[in-house]
Amino acid sequence: MTSANNEAWGSRIGLILAMAGNAVGLGNFLRFPVQAIQNGGGAFLIPYFVCFLLMGIPLLLIEWSTGRFGGKNGNHSTPYILDSMASGRFWKYVGVFGIWTNIAVAAYYCYIESWTMAYVFHSVIGTFVGKTQAEVAAFFGSYTDVMQSTTGIPYEAIIFYVICLGLNTYILSRGLSGVEKVAKVGMPLLILFGVILALRGITLGTSGATEAIPNANAWDGINFLWTPQFSSLTDPKVWLAAAGQIFFTLSVGMGTIHCYAAYLKSKDDIALNAFSAGFMNEFVEVVLGSMIVIPIAAGYLGLDWVKANAGFGMAFQTMPYLFQQWGTVLAAIAGVMWFGLLFFAGITSSLAMGTPWMGFMTDEFGWNRKSGAYSFGLLVLILGLPTVLLFNYGVFDEYDYWAGTVALVVFALLETFVFVWIFGINRGWQEITTGADMKVPVFFKYVIKYITPYLLLFVFLGSLITPKGKDWSGAFNNLLNGNGWALDNASIIKQIGLADLHEQLAAATDAAVIANLEDKIFYVTIARLLLLLLFVGISAVVYIAYKKRLTERLKNNL
Amino acid sequence: MNTSALITLLLAQGIVIAFTAYFFWKVLTTPQKSEPDSYADNDNQAR
Repeated sequence: MTSANNEAWGSRIGLILAMAGNAVGLGNFLRFPVQAIQNGGGAFLIPYFVCFLLMGIPLLLIEWSTGRFGGKNGNHSTPYILDSMASGRFWKYVGVFGIWTNIAVAAYYCYIESWTMAYVFHSVIGTFVGKTQAEVAAFFGSYTDVMQSTTGIPYEAIIFYVICLGLNTYILSRGLSGVEKVAKVGMPLLILFGVILALRGITLGTSGATEAIPNANAWDGINFLWTPQFSSLTDPKVWLAAAGQIFFTLSVGMGTIHCYAAYLKSKDDIALNAFSAGFMNEFVEVVLGSMIVIPIAAGYLGLDWVKANAGFGMAFQTMPYLFQQWGTVLAAIAGVMWFGLLFFAGITSSLAMGTPWMGFMTDEFGWNRKSGAYSFGLLVLILGLPTVLLFNYGVFDEYDYWAGTVALVVFALLETFVFVWIFGINRGWQEITTGADMKVPVFFKYVIKYITPYLLLFVFLGSLITPKGKDWSGAFNNLLNGNGWALDNASIIKQIGLADLHEQLAAATDAAVIANLEDKIFYVTIARLLLLLLFVGISAVVYIAYKKRLTERLKNNL
Repeated sequence: MNTSALITLLLAQGIVIAFTAYFFWKVLTTPQKSEPDSYADNDNQAR
């Protein structure tokens, strides 16, 4: 089949920066240090690097090579990339994950991205000047409550969301060159801002100590983050956390890497590109990500506060307050750098999410990039507005759980199965090494065949049957003693039945709380229906494309 | 900062920085492939 898709990357550096930008996200700065603190400190790096070697790099090689393989046949998204690798009609519908996940994740991810835009704006106009820590934290609640306005602009959160989505749509309508330009500007700025803030984190020392918190010390935060607690290495929870972190930080299992790599020619390198982009993401995460939030927070609020409060919310609810301790001007500059780097981390990822849908519609229906970009923007808007309007009713978290967590693992597991056992590891290895500008250690061939699929299965099963309290050793002891396996409410099985919300509802006595929980269950169910509808809709489009291909093939044979 | 934390930090960050720098150096110093290649910016350059 001939595709109307004749786009190309401008330069190799542009491609690597776009790929690295796709991987680098808010999690590099917010999720990684928290995971390290909660899972053995410095010792967390051992399972983290082991998983990077045995799962992260192999998945990068699989996705880059299958993407380039698909591009050779004019396929720029996963439905027909998988279809070209495996016989049988079924696999193109597995490939639907590679479009669905991106639209569903973009729907709520653009909302987080719009917060960073709004917080840059508020840092510049001095919204946080003179506010207490509690007031800065409360500001976030006011912002995400669409009925309140922090600037006097009505429905401010929606307006920033629409501006952010509009910006993404416009850049996508410029095609790969637009994406590449943003990566070429955004990634160096992100690293520059990150280095400046990390240097501040390292040099803060005890200068942030006050009468109220006399023992505040930035080095306590760094010390706590990096001190290895080797006893944690025997806990399966720590290994699962490390595998999960590697998985999500590299943006594997989404279909975006395939799409970007599909614009490469078969003689061009993918191996060195994959290693370069992967290690750039690791640089941002391990070197910069660990040196900003935790030391700065420990430097002003003390280590005990960090231990009790480390989490995603610190970025928006705590950092603006901490920056205020540097004086009005420096606080504004630091706010622009911090939220600016988060914005660049976000937009380089959200742009990648638009490309699989656009690639598919261009390949199959000859759409131009503007039609592809605007239709993506519209789909994201329809799916995303509920996350904005019903943020406090769990819609955002529901999208994140099914599309941003479970679907990635499921798709990565299935694509690895196709690559190793259907496409064949020998053909796969040839795809990886063809045109390579480096000698890829043959070690990875065996890792891809014998370790990565089982590691992915381990991650999936670990999420499916997470034991109560994530206490794996206790759960195995209970099982061996004939006491069964008690599931945690965070496990996929319990999540399906909304066990947590139903337990809260059963325990609630206050009428207002009961009404709120019932509303949550209702809206979460609606969110699931929307996600299901999207999956069915994309599958239908894939089916229409399949019929169209059949008709064209028949015409060509006549 | 205690010694074990310092060693872990230097080792982890050192490994990551060294590999990142090595792969980027390799990308920058590897000669371009002959046309037609995947990249549009060098299409008009003489070979």
